[in-house]
Amino acid sequence: MSRSAATIQSTAGVSITGLHKSYGSNEVLKGIDLAVAPGEVVCLVGPSGSGKSTLLRCINLLETPNAGTIEVGGHAATDPDVDVDKMRRSVGMVFQQFNLFPHLSVLKNCTVSQMQVLKRSRSEAEAIARKHLRSVGLAELETRFPGELSGGQQQRVAIARSLSMDPTLMLFDEPTSALDPETVGDVLAIMRRLAQEGMTMVVVTHEMGFAREVADRVVFMDGGVVVEQGPAEEVIGNPQQPRTQDFLRRVLDPNHVAAQED
Amino acid sequence: MVLTTRQRSRLSKGIQLGILVLSVILLVLLVNWPLVIESFFRFGAVGGMFPEIILVGLKNTLLYTVTSFAFGLVLGTMLALMKTSSFGPYRWIATVYIEFFRGLPVLLVLLAMGFGLPIAFGTTWPQWVNVMVALGLSSAAYMAETLRAGLQAVPKGQMEAARSLGMPQWRAMVTIVIPQAFRIVLPPLTNEFILLTKDTSLAFVLGMTMSQYELTTFGRNGMTEYPAGMTPLMVAGAIYLVITLPMSLLARWFEKRTNQTSRPKRRRSDGAATAAASSLAGPASPSATAARGTTDLTKGTQA
Repeated sequence: MSRSAATIQSTAGVSITGLHKSYGSNEVLKGIDLAVAPGEVVCLVGPSGSGKSTLLRCINLLETPNAGTIEVGGHAATDPDVDVDKMRRSVGMVFQQFNLFPHLSVLKNCTVSQMQVLKRSRSEAEAIARKHLRSVGLAELETRFPGELSGGQQQRVAIARSLSMDPTLMLFDEPTSALDPETVGDVLAIMRRLAQEGMTMVVVTHEMGFAREVADRVVFMDGGVVVEQGPAEEVIGNPQQPRTQDFLRRVLDPNHVAAQED
Repeated sequence: MVLTTRQRSRLSKGIQLGILVLSVILLVLLVNWPLVIESFFRFGAVGGMFPEIILVGLKNTLLYTVTSFAFGLVLGTMLALMKTSSFGPYRWIATVYIEFFRGLPVLLVLLAMGFGLPIAFGTTWPQWVNVMVALGLSSAAYMAETLRAGLQAVPKGQMEAARSLGMPQWRAMVTIVIPQAFRIVLPPLTNEFILLTKDTSLAFVLGMTMSQYELTTFGRNGMTEYPAGMTPLMVAGAIYLVITLPMSLLARWFEKRTNQTSRPKRRRSDGAATAAASSLAGPASPSATAARGTTDLTKGTQA
């Protein structure tokens, strides 16, 4: 992947210790410790309601943790005196629902924050945006509006938009869950390439095939705690914990469960 | 008697047509048409109203409407932001303000401000400033609710995406949320503008000089000046429609245009976000903006 190695300028690790998050009396995260090395790809898997999306959203402080610390690239994100906006500039986030700006063209979606936050000139921002739009295969759609694109195309624009900010860490929150099956592959291919280029990635996903192939490490969460983690082959291929085994059985082979219950 | 679907449909249409025809016949027979035409439609006798009713009346109506709309919009935006503020006292102040001014007749506010402002500030402003403040204070209460609903109708993911790209809160508001909210609130704001246009007719209670007359005053005075019965009122009414009808058309055109280009389309795979977007597309459409518009929009977004 020498062609695009230059797109990633630097990468940052993440270090999470003792993270707690509650909504009222509902404790969603019950003490999470997780370290992600620079350049590492970590997939968070687990049943819905296990807290994996909340954990991801805590990393760029879309959710405020109740206790615990988060460090991104060695800087404490949870320090009340930290400049959250500055921290977020270097952390890309891709959402399940894409969240493209519907009133802006594809190109403007990718340039607006470059110009307003990083103070890049229009021509520089557009050049960078076009480079990333090309890399996700959508250069020809730059004048379109998000509402005119398919879900898969929107998600690829969302990735290009994030990359335009030169992030050192990319967070993906179920990036393919809202997509039509035939467009999932395009998005996963881009993520795979990004991983190969050395981007630090934390991915919440239900795509076990992707996790197995791309992830350096798979983290299985359930009930707000990390139940099991390790290399993808081990966690997915040979899970040790009963909860992991049960979850994977349901996800990988729903018929198997049905057959057992008969 | 058993009716087939086709027979039932025919019968229903027949009954409806019958009622319509009967009403028209009754109107034609019962109304004294020669007298009505004599009192309302003697346009030949009111030529003297022109061009003053345009140069002065229309000008003043527009002046009062535009200034109070602008004043109300600025104040309403502040109130809407206060109402969604994380700072408690701001929320309470906004709530009290909105409930207070929404509950008062505009006429009362106009009287109180028209006579009260010069006392309070010890100066005599031009009359249009008093009208602007009074109508603006009232309409701000309605606009605040409309704007708040519009801001809250923009999916939360938009703010999250903007913040994730490093935009500070205010920047994300200005660049991402407010432009989208503006499209949502445009129909109810048009409605508010039309209501304000008509409310300016109350300005006469403050006692106006010739150069301050707006359309309705011209109509009223014309009734005594010209031997044309109530025809001057019809003239004033027609000029109001010249203002308000294009506003409605413009808003409808703008709404259609934005729907075509930049609203997210419905997709079956795009659950939550599209559901939120379409639930507000409904209440924000012109059909739902009857009766001050605001309550409809608010209900729509809560649902």
